[in-house]
Amino acid sequence: MAGDLQRAAWLGVKQQMRNLGLPFTKDDIVQVKEAYKWIIHPQLSEELGVPADGKSLFEVSVVFAHPETDEECHFLATACPDCFKPAKNKQSVFTRMAVIKALEKIKEEDFLKHFPCPPSSPKNLCDALEIECNNGAVFVAGRYNKYSRNLPQTPWIIDGERKLESSVEELISEHLMAEFKADSFNFSSSGREDVDVRTLGNGRPFAMELVNPRRIHFTAEEMKRLQQAINDSSDKIQVRDLQLVTREAIGRMKEGEEEKTKTYSALIWTDKAIQREDIAFLDDIKELKLDQKTPLRVLHRRPLAVRCRLIHTMKSEYIDEHHFRLHLKTQAGTYIKEFVHGDFGRTKPNIGSLLNRTADILELDVESVDVDWPPTLAD
Amino acid sequence: MAAGPGGAERYFTRWYKPDVKGRPCEDFCVLQHSNRRVAGGCRLDIQLLGVNQPVPDVESPSIPYLPLLQPIRASGAFLGLQSQRQEQNLTTDYTKTGRASGSWVEARICVITLAEAHPLLQSGKTIKNINYQISANCSRLQNKVSGKSKRGAQFLTELAPLCRISSSDGEEYTIYSCIRGRLIEVNENILSNPALLQEKPSTEGYIAVVLPKFEESKSITQGLLTQKEYEEVLMKRRSSAS
Repeated sequence: MAGDLQRAAWLGVKQQMRNLGLPFTKDDIVQVKEAYKWIIHPQLSEELGVPADGKSLFEVSVVFAHPETDEECHFLATACPDCFKPAKNKQSVFTRMAVIKALEKIKEEDFLKHFPCPPSSPKNLCDALEIECNNGAVFVAGRYNKYSRNLPQTPWIIDGERKLESSVEELISEHLMAEFKADSFNFSSSGREDVDVRTLGNGRPFAMELVNPRRIHFTAEEMKRLQQAINDSSDKIQVRDLQLVTREAIGRMKEGEEEKTKTYSALIWTDKAIQREDIAFLDDIKELKLDQKTPLRVLHRRPLAVRCRLIHTMKSEYIDEHHFRLHLKTQAGTYIKEFVHGDFGRTKPNIGSLLNRTADILELDVESVDVDWPPTLAD
Repeated sequence: MAAGPGGAERYFTRWYKPDVKGRPCEDFCVLQHSNRRVAGGCRLDIQLLGVNQPVPDVESPSIPYLPLLQPIRASGAFLGLQSQRQEQNLTTDYTKTGRASGSWVEARICVITLAEAHPLLQSGKTIKNINYQISANCSRLQNKVSGKSKRGAQFLTELAPLCRISSSDGEEYTIYSCIRGRLIEVNENILSNPALLQEKPSTEGYIAVVLPKFEESKSITQGLLTQKEYEEVLMKRRSSAS
């Protein structure tokens, strides 16, 4: 095993360097793994007639079997039995961590007796058991608008039965999966909205990881056509700025989820009548601090906590004695519905407490998600 | 009986427990939320559109276009939750289509409130004191929960006292849990403002929030009456009074 070889090499070199009187640290030693790559890459390259790239997206994995090497593990097990305890979920007791621990415990002399440096040549060749080809995942990002109040972000299935038709994820992935010919996908986005909430404005950033895609090269034109195909296929969602991105870029999207502001438009009902003057003062409130306990509607699956959130600005639009529209710009992670109806007084202050009435939210739209990623594409 | 659409209320089913401990008219109303936590596989959060339960009475406000805001957030199958780790004590059976198999159990948040018929809510009653210290060793105010499964919560049985309320006329009333489960929180707002309990018993004046144990979620309502059954109890009271 590489671990044994590495340790043997380390001990061997340590000895030689001591003899030569030269200072050095573990970091000065080349990893056995690296040395192996240096040797084998050119050989493979020549044999197969292709350049070798250690960071290629195309991966060929070959599984070898070599009984002789397996015996090395058993030596470790007998020399250091308490390092190798069987546990469920582990295929083999010889995990990387366990081996590292054992190697550190064994005394140098004992170790070198079994693993001299340089090691002896193996008596048998190894057998290739399995060969598998895999393409590294590619990432497609964009922004989506959701125009339906009856569409979940991810599929809604209970007991094998679908409760609501389709989902944002499926509407987008359908076309991407077909074009990229991937095995599967992982959908993620910068936050998400409820089933009954529309996403307007520039839309919400999302990223789709396509796993083991068979096709990975797409021109900007082709991406535009793909975007159009998605948009033509459904009026419930629309996507924009569809583009290929790197894995690292996804981090920016997730950042946005926690740090960036969002703006909303809420249709609010009040029990007691209101006049224009009664709601005008909302426009003047800036940086309103809220204390929101974990909403009752998610308390079954989230820890109980109080979160402080800011409503940066508000703008009201009077409709009639019992209705008005409120535009809000808030900190990421603010529960808007709870700010309106108060959630049994567990979000304070709330629209009800500010207006001294009972308020309810009838409609909610996301007007903007203020994350400037992915880059906007020219039309 | 039905309150107006006061926000969160529309997503609750009302259950009743009348004449608790034989004390006449000491009725409680348990609000059971429609959102349920489902376990038995991947960590799916399934939200039901209240399909199997009576739709709560909602008086629509006078606006032409109006919604029945569906209970929010459908974070359904695996695809949306891939980044989250799985529950440790549940067996996983993560099939490719993301549907978990195995037995489904569920937990639905419940809010304990006084029913309108309760003596404390009748006119003329003034609340003198609300005490969450129910015994020498137990104060509901010291309840601390942590994590998603609300570890450390005080466990309640149906007749576990939540608090004792005394009125200015010398009467004392014990408020009971009515359901089995973990105590999530008691309403501290009524401590600082007891009038809230009387003004808005079904919303801001709630007594406590309880989360039934997974396995027991379906049975907790067995000891309680539906809205219809409770209304019959009320009718009987009225007719026997006259």
